[in-house]
Amino acid sequence: MRKSATVKWSKWVGGALALFAGVALTAVANQPAAAQGKQLTLCWAAWDPANALVELGKDFTKESGIEMKYEFVPWTSYADRFLNELNSHGKLCDLIIGDSQWIGGAAENHWYIKLNDFFAKEHISMADFVPATVLGYSEWPKNTPNYWALPAMADAVGWTYRKDWFSRPEIQAEFKKKYSRDLAPPKTYEELKQIAEFFEGREIDGKKVYGAYIFTERGSEGITMGVTNVLYNYGFNYDNPKKPYQMAGFVNSPDAAKGLEFYKALYKCCTAPGMTNAYMQEGLDAFKSGQVAMQMNWFAFFPGLYKDPNVGGDKIGFFVNPAGPQGHFTQLGGQGISVVATSDHQDDALRYIKWFAQPAVQQKWWEIGGYSALKAVVDAPGFPKSAPFAPQFLESMGIVKDFWAEPAYAQLLLDMQKRVHDYVVADKGTAQQALDQLVRDWTKVFKEEGKAVAAE
Amino acid sequence: MTAIIHPDTPVDRIAAQTSFRVAKPVRGLSDRAIAWLFVTPTIALLLAINIFPLIWMIRLSFTSLNLSMSYLPMRFVGLDNYVDILTDEDVWNRLQTTARFVISTVALQVVIGFGLALLINRQFRSHSFWTTIILLPMMLSPAVVGNFWTLLFQPQIGPFNYVVSLFTGIAPSSFSMTGEVALAPWTIVLVDTWMWAPYVMLICLAGLRSIPDYIYEAAEVDRASSWRQFWSITLPMTMPFLMLAVLFRAIENFKMFDMVNLLTSGGPGSTTELVSITLKRAAFEKWRTGYSSALAIILFVTVFGAANIYVKALNRVKQR
Repeated sequence: MRKSATVKWSKWVGGALALFAGVALTAVANQPAAAQGKQLTLCWAAWDPANALVELGKDFTKESGIEMKYEFVPWTSYADRFLNELNSHGKLCDLIIGDSQWIGGAAENHWYIKLNDFFAKEHISMADFVPATVLGYSEWPKNTPNYWALPAMADAVGWTYRKDWFSRPEIQAEFKKKYSRDLAPPKTYEELKQIAEFFEGREIDGKKVYGAYIFTERGSEGITMGVTNVLYNYGFNYDNPKKPYQMAGFVNSPDAAKGLEFYKALYKCCTAPGMTNAYMQEGLDAFKSGQVAMQMNWFAFFPGLYKDPNVGGDKIGFFVNPAGPQGHFTQLGGQGISVVATSDHQDDALRYIKWFAQPAVQQKWWEIGGYSALKAVVDAPGFPKSAPFAPQFLESMGIVKDFWAEPAYAQLLLDMQKRVHDYVVADKGTAQQALDQLVRDWTKVFKEEGKAVAAE
Repeated sequence: MTAIIHPDTPVDRIAAQTSFRVAKPVRGLSDRAIAWLFVTPTIALLLAINIFPLIWMIRLSFTSLNLSMSYLPMRFVGLDNYVDILTDEDVWNRLQTTARFVISTVALQVVIGFGLALLINRQFRSHSFWTTIILLPMMLSPAVVGNFWTLLFQPQIGPFNYVVSLFTGIAPSSFSMTGEVALAPWTIVLVDTWMWAPYVMLICLAGLRSIPDYIYEAAEVDRASSWRQFWSITLPMTMPFLMLAVLFRAIENFKMFDMVNLLTSGGPGSTTELVSITLKRAAFEKWRTGYSSALAIILFVTVFGAANIYVKALNRVKQR
């Protein structure tokens, strides 16, 4: 009796185990990737659009079963951290959204895999993306069809302003009396300076406010990404368009020196005290706390600012980087997404890029806070009305210029950071001396890189 | 006479408990061999993490290696990197900035630290409480110190400017401690002194406590004034401790990086860019590995040489 009960019981358990194994195997067959623990790590900067990307990535996981893991690093250490990772051939990142200036080094050092064959196989055409983003984020050498990234996050420098302050009748009247024109978002840097001077030190709602917020950060890229917005429009060029790497007379032209003097004048006349080492976050803080009338910053932050309960909505307005006497340009930001050459999951990473390039995914990317570079999204008839800053973004992407994307970009960048900060913030020398010195620094770097630098 | 072994000593007990298989390989080894056996892992570790990287760095300092252009072949450039550094006006400026920082901070810390030690050396109520309070800054991480002083110095919301305003009448937002060329160097000196003067105090206190009371009693009998006692007893007898504190602080501040990087990032411009920040930028931002190795070697030789000369002077003082 006892024996037969034991046999019965063991048959029961055996049956249950077999059933469990069957169910488990079926689940494995239906969800291969997830059950096999496939995972991709995507590396980027820690900022608002990164949160949107996490949200977007859930769709990819749902579709492919591949788990997405993220490694986000604050902007101030973003380049240090990831360039170190790439340099040391680390395996932390499978996918990386790397800064536009890294593309030269990433291609030459084989940190990223070349995507031409993949694009051809998957029918991903670079002609479908905004040309400035393809040139800025994907191509190396520049202006050649060699692609190392898919444009992922289009961005440029733009401006926000306190629309509510600008629209107050008493402020408008006072401005008109003083400058004989209406108080409106500036079209030129001269106008911007006048408006900034007008607001500087003014008391609004019982609080002292300041004219403008501009980038002055010393350590990474801040002041360079700020000053170039003025320099480009005053006639600064990186080199002779007809003779690559001939910088004398282009970087340090008298017009470029005037542009640098203007940036310093703007910094001295119209910024809040203590803004000697300020970049994106400090600008957001200054604007959100109601401290400044106008703020220079990246478009990437504008969706968040528009949603801000204190300064967003009807209180905020946006305008394109103003023109200067020699032209109308703005600094390119943004990044492309690449597959890291040392990744063990290159096929899955390419699968992510294929998924990310789809128009529907790009549309959602724009809707949830990212900035698509796909023409199908930004050229759609409804795009300008899809967000209050969309028309300015669109216009800006048509006038962008970028910093050097050479393998030695970091040296070039840090040299410019030093020379510009020394002049603008630390009052050292003249604008002309700073730019002359910059030409000498850059010439040395390019010679080290093995480039032929023409003197004149 | 036969020696009696007492198995109750700890060594004997362990020996008795050690199995034959474990004991066999070391049985018969000389004391010297056993000593080497114990020391070898430490020496191997030291070679791996100190000596080998140093030799490797010396080698790299004679090359053109730049990690941002690792596709270029690494060339032997002889003394080019050293010549580049020693003829670069910017590097000399950074060395001068560092020297000014080291001299000002060490001088202030010695004066304040020694003063505090003299005060703390006296017995008074809540003596231990105040000692702990004074020692608190040096227990904090430099990163924490850098961040919270950055907030304290914020011209609009930071309390430091308000306190200055209270005493001077200068508007709080009219000056920036970390952003003005004239103030920024003093700002880093102030914060470093706030953090490390207690450390100097601690060393000086050890010196003061080591002076035997009978020397002061003899001086009292000789009717020596307090001032005389200070100059003839206290100061000479704590001098080796003071010199030690100077050595420690000077070496530490010569390679100061974290706190200054957080407070000013070397700015405004390059006003507070210490040579360690230059080195970090060359090595890990510009990726000029050959050049930065040469700079590191120059700094190492400078500190090592200066410290050696100083230690010899310290020994002379101790022998007096």
